[in-house]
Amino acid sequence: MSRIQFPKSIASRPVYGILAPRPGKAHLMIADAEGAEALLDLAAQDAGLMARAHILYIPRATGEAYTERLRALNPAQLYVGPSFDAALPRLRRVLSDAHMGLQVYLAGTEGLMGRAAAEVAAAGIPYGAVQTEHRGSLARRMQCVHCKGITEDVTTDPFVCSHCGLNLFVRDHYSRRLAAFQGVCIDAEDPGNIPEPVELYK
Amino acid sequence: MSAAPQKAKAGAEKIEVIVSAVVPVNELVTRFEFRRPDGAPFPPFSAGAHTVVEMRDQGRTRLNPYSLMSDPADPSLYAISVRRDDQGRGGSLYMHRQVKPGDRMTITYPVNLFPVDLRGRKHVFLAGGIGITPFLAMIAQLERLGARWELHYSVRNAALGSYADALTARHPGKVRVYHDDRKQAIPLADLLDGQPLGTHVYVCGPKGMIDWVHRTATEHGWPKDNVHSEEFLAPQPGTPFEVRLCKSDMTITVGENESLLEAMERCGVDAPFLCRGGACGQCETDVVEHDGSFIHRDHWLEDDQRASGKKIMPCVSRFVGPTLVLDR
Repeated sequence: MSRIQFPKSIASRPVYGILAPRPGKAHLMIADAEGAEALLDLAAQDAGLMARAHILYIPRATGEAYTERLRALNPAQLYVGPSFDAALPRLRRVLSDAHMGLQVYLAGTEGLMGRAAAEVAAAGIPYGAVQTEHRGSLARRMQCVHCKGITEDVTTDPFVCSHCGLNLFVRDHYSRRLAAFQGVCIDAEDPGNIPEPVELYK
Repeated sequence: MSAAPQKAKAGAEKIEVIVSAVVPVNELVTRFEFRRPDGAPFPPFSAGAHTVVEMRDQGRTRLNPYSLMSDPADPSLYAISVRRDDQGRGGSLYMHRQVKPGDRMTITYPVNLFPVDLRGRKHVFLAGGIGITPFLAMIAQLERLGARWELHYSVRNAALGSYADALTARHPGKVRVYHDDRKQAIPLADLLDGQPLGTHVYVCGPKGMIDWVHRTATEHGWPKDNVHSEEFLAPQPGTPFEVRLCKSDMTITVGENESLLEAMERCGVDAPFLCRGGACGQCETDVVEHDGSFIHRDHWLEDDQRASGKKIMPCVSRFVGPTLVLDR
């Protein structure tokens, strides 16, 4: 099972729900990896949804595991691409052509949902109106608060910033704008005193 | 000194004004313009704000909220438009019959419970009758910002369409007026369809219209945050009831034609308030004990709060039963 119950945390940490069909003129679904399972569950709740659905799917490490099943849902449009960045021009074009009444469903990793939610919010749909469901990897998208570089798919705490090389402590402090958690230098006062990295996020 | 001085009394800070003009707009609606006696500029306000007008009517103090309709960029005056309600509690009749140019009156600082969401890409205004007033200020503000807007204005007939002619003349492509007597209605479903992403819709008018817009927008998949409404409720008469105010240590009787808030004020209790119309939440009061049933009429409390029997909004809500004890 790819669902997980997140522990209670600070207010800035995003919380995710379970996708449910909502009335709408069009339905935009963005998912990565195991997030496809959430879309399959969503389609099972309302078979009529897919006739007006545009799915952007990024399989990542799951390869071909889900793409045929998504195709079998018969969505109005299905895009399968290698990365969120590759899908971004398409997403922006879809949003610029969209009208009020569009429902947005996000599923998969936190990094994917966060980046998609930020794009959608910039296009005029408030955060509260976007549905999300976490599936799959718990890896985090981290911003180094010192050099501002983003390290994707962080699975251990602490970790080494992929830009400036500082040892960073993984915080639950989250930025919606950047769609990233904040990483703070863990050995600033006592350089070299770095706790053993623990694999917290898979 | 802090920008918000400590308040000695409940309600927003007050401003003394002189009625500078009383302008009949049509058979039912009259515009009142206020200036300050010393000629000083008024406090700035954002479109959608209202002021509470204090009326001294034969020993009785009436406090009624009215939307500011004047241009927010003009600090020299505040203007409101008042629709005469012959069946109402008497505030609008007082304004129409008693208030003359040159009169001194007291109004409150503006409070905005119906602001324009400036993140919106486009703003669609839906007005019913006298509900046009906040939109006059919003249109002035958005025109100055160069923002996209359109107005759909439903009136009973051409003669009662306050400001409809002026609006259509000034903004021919942006204003549509619908006349009930010509069987014209706002084509809401069509309007909601095809609006660009990030559009906000605002409705001010009768309760039925507000509910219709919220319901239809939800059915069309609009986010709740993109649908805004304002309706000031007037307190409704009801059976008199007794209330024990435990902090003030007194028992008062709420008369048939006054609200619980007004009864508290009559008895000298300084109860908090802002809008007096069930919208702002300022007068929310804890219920210590009750035996009977609440008549909740506000737009503020959530359903679970109502069910809990632990809260009441004294500005518009009433009570039926032998015992009500409030923490006031």
